[in-house]
Amino acid sequence: MGAGHAHRLYRAGHSPVHALPPHTKLAAVFCFVVVVVSTPREAMWAFALYAVLLAGVAYAARVPAGFLLKRLLIEIPFVAFAVLMPFVAEGERVQVLGMSLSESGLWGAWNVLAKGTLGVAASVLLAATTELRALLLGLQRLKLPPLLVQIASFMIRYGDVITDEMRRMRIARESRGFEASGVRHWGVLAKSAGALFIRSYERGERVHLAMVSRGYAGSMPVIDEVSASRAQWSYALALPGTALVVCLLGWTL
Amino acid sequence: MTASLEVSGLAFAYPDGHQALFGVDLTIGRGERVALLGPNGAGKTTLVLHLNGILTGGAGTVTVAGLPVDKRNMAEIRRKVGIVFQDPDDQLFMPTVREDVAFGPAAAGLKGAELEDRVRKALALVGMEEFADRPPHHLSFGQRRRVAVATVLAMEPEILVLDEPSSNLDPASRRELADILRSLDVTVLMVTHDLPYALELCPRSLILSEGVIAADGPTGDLLTDEDLMRAHRLELPFGFDPASVAR
Repeated sequence: MGAGHAHRLYRAGHSPVHALPPHTKLAAVFCFVVVVVSTPREAMWAFALYAVLLAGVAYAARVPAGFLLKRLLIEIPFVAFAVLMPFVAEGERVQVLGMSLSESGLWGAWNVLAKGTLGVAASVLLAATTELRALLLGLQRLKLPPLLVQIASFMIRYGDVITDEMRRMRIARESRGFEASGVRHWGVLAKSAGALFIRSYERGERVHLAMVSRGYAGSMPVIDEVSASRAQWSYALALPGTALVVCLLGWTL
Repeated sequence: MTASLEVSGLAFAYPDGHQALFGVDLTIGRGERVALLGPNGAGKTTLVLHLNGILTGGAGTVTVAGLPVDKRNMAEIRRKVGIVFQDPDDQLFMPTVREDVAFGPAAAGLKGAELEDRVRKALALVGMEEFADRPPHHLSFGQRRRVAVATVLAMEPEILVLDEPSSNLDPASRRELADILRSLDVTVLMVTHDLPYALELCPRSLILSEGVIAADGPTGDLLTDEDLMRAHRLELPFGFDPASVAR
């Protein structure tokens, strides 16, 4: 069985950032990312200031730099193509270290890299200070469509159950001498995947039966309410608020 | 006094034409613990799904504490009939034990302190209070089965219906569950293949065979009737003699 709720991105702690209600943090991160994305790419100093802001949050949340940087690696596949942009983009060329690069391509790459990194860093900080369950409650509080929240919640509950089922099927295959060693065996794996799908579907039907038996009539009852005081809201929104000032300066200066 | 459960003339065929029930009649009094025995394919699950109106549309009637099972009463019926399904992973679908136990009462409109109180009491009945904030998949199978019972007890049902309560339990968990079931002040209908368990917990048994109630009587009498047992594909575990068990 997996680690369950103590997901790997979460870092238990008692900092003021941990203590904030989840929906205020979600709103803060969302607004922060919107502000960052709307900043003109030429205002390089603004991005440096954003990074300082996030470093401040990480400090307040007692998330060590190493923890944050390691988790930032997730963005590498997504920004890989940004590195190609200076080579393939059209427009004026500039000489950098003896290579002829496109100027607009360089700006484009910088734009993707800077905004992407800041966005991922903000999300990593959110995940490091908020438990998965609390995130769902926060989304529910922010009036995300209930169906989406339910789907996410069932994913968390049944992820491990289905992984375990997959593991048992693999053991059953291997116990009968099967070893996936090449293309010829993909058919078997595909059939296993199909069987897993059908099993999960049938489990879904049984779960639905159990829910209906306990009075489910289409919507989840509210069991835990999260609420935030004005002070907590203003504390959480300090991050996007400050970022907004930086962004406006970036447009005017 | 009205009976907890009254089933009369219940017949049902699935849409594919397979007829599972051919006129079932039974009555269970308040506070009774009754075992429902029968071979695979006898229609036990079909019968259970009629008790809270998941399946309807055949002939006959089901009445729970005087309330007929039909569309108008469905919410009330589902609150009164608590079904504990066989696989606790199907039953426990919420992220934490506490939320799962709260699901039924919350769906019935309970809130705040009253809801908390219900959850705490139900978990106390099965001895699982300290696991309230754990996710269900971090519990052992026996613990999950006990929480599954709590999810239903939290609804304060008129009748508790258990589908194979002892399946997959190790002997210690099996005994712990028996102690819990004995301690509850509620009507119990227990569907099982575990005949010693039925004898231990239920003074009365019903045998469902080929879609009808084939026998109804004291559990010990049914289990010692060899001809009856053989006729309905019921077998005692090797070396188990119901006559030798002190009753």
